[in-house]
Amino acid sequence: MSTDIQNPRSGQNSSGKIGSGKIAPQYRRGTGSKGNFEMFAWLFMRLSGVVLVVLIFGHLFVNLLVGEGIHAIDFGFVAGKWADPFWQFWDLAMLWLAMLHGTNGVRTIINDYAEKDATRFWLKVVLYAASFVIIVLGTLVIFTFNPCPVVNGVQLPGGFCPAP
Amino acid sequence: MSAELAEPASKIELPAHIGGGGEIPTFNITLRVRRYNPEISEEPVWEDHQLTMYGTDRVLDALHKIKWEIDGSLSFRRSCAHGVCGSDAMRINGRNRLACKTLLKDLDTSKPITVEPIKGLPVEKDLIVDMEPFFQSFREVMPFLINKGHEPTKERLQSVEDRERFDDTTKCILCAACTSSCPVFWTDGQYFGPAAIVNAHRFIFDSRDDAGDMRLEILNDKEGVWRCRTTFNCSEACPRGIQVTQAIAEVKQAILARKI
Repeated sequence: MSTDIQNPRSGQNSSGKIGSGKIAPQYRRGTGSKGNFEMFAWLFMRLSGVVLVVLIFGHLFVNLLVGEGIHAIDFGFVAGKWADPFWQFWDLAMLWLAMLHGTNGVRTIINDYAEKDATRFWLKVVLYAASFVIIVLGTLVIFTFNPCPVVNGVQLPGGFCPAP
Repeated sequence: MSAELAEPASKIELPAHIGGGGEIPTFNITLRVRRYNPEISEEPVWEDHQLTMYGTDRVLDALHKIKWEIDGSLSFRRSCAHGVCGSDAMRINGRNRLACKTLLKDLDTSKPITVEPIKGLPVEKDLIVDMEPFFQSFREVMPFLINKGHEPTKERLQSVEDRERFDDTTKCILCAACTSSCPVFWTDGQYFGPAAIVNAHRFIFDSRDDAGDMRLEILNDKEGVWRCRTTFNCSEACPRGIQVTQAIAEVKQAILARKI
């Protein structure tokens, strides 16, 4: 009784339906990409943006304004912060959200501005590789940071650590 | 047989000092038209025309003057010439507008007025572009009523509030001013474009329509609503004053609400 209506996609209209074969090839869209990746990417940009505003301004406030402010920042200050799991988590969240937010932003810019498929592909390879390295390295630093490294029984110079 | 009929004398005698149409102020303009004829050259060229126009004239009248009195080879689309058919969208002084709704006196007549074809679609000749990719996107969102229920014997009733919901997007005349002002569409022409989304919105939010989910699924494509960067070029370009960017945002929210 009810007829099934199929949407006329540009990728599959070789069957002589309306408008078939008249569209300049560069405008032809492929058959629809399934999945909600672009939707989640869009949503992530909004949510991470809101969270990042809190994280970054909190970070700036604590580092630059509280107590002695900017004069207190040195190796020892960072070491002290990362001894606290709270700040470890804070910095980790900031690192991950900022990197993913930025990477996705640059990804959309590449999608918008790269004209050739090959250019687009290689720019994205470079982007993802760089983001991956920074995220992994940053995460490692936050969790393995040791202000008083001891190598072969000798404490490396630093001057922040109590004498052994 | 029939001699030329003299125009009947006006029944109202106008005194000479009131005057007629000649009283409308005239001014001189330079119209700089982007000409392209692939049979002559692959390169488009700018062509200047000095014209004396009246204060009531529109850009379309200037184009007509060129085509009818100076150079008949100038090609452009126009049909109703009253801002309803949406045929004569073009880029006038760098902005997308309808030539038939743009009065010359509202433009800066001290400088040449530039007239170009709308951007992002293949130019065929002079101001005429290939609209087929634009209409294909329009077709893909299924811009027609789909109702799964029983056919009513009379009209399909709808409350005033339900009708109000999509009133703004019913105004679209498919002139392509919005889609061809969108920087995302300019890049590769893959994006569905604001006009297709506006026309999907018109049915998605129509209480009588049952295929909203299908349209939302189509626009959830990677070339769908998520490519919108909310630059508001479309809302600014729309000659009907449709809040295009808002309509796109509403479709985005509808997709999100449905998925999450």
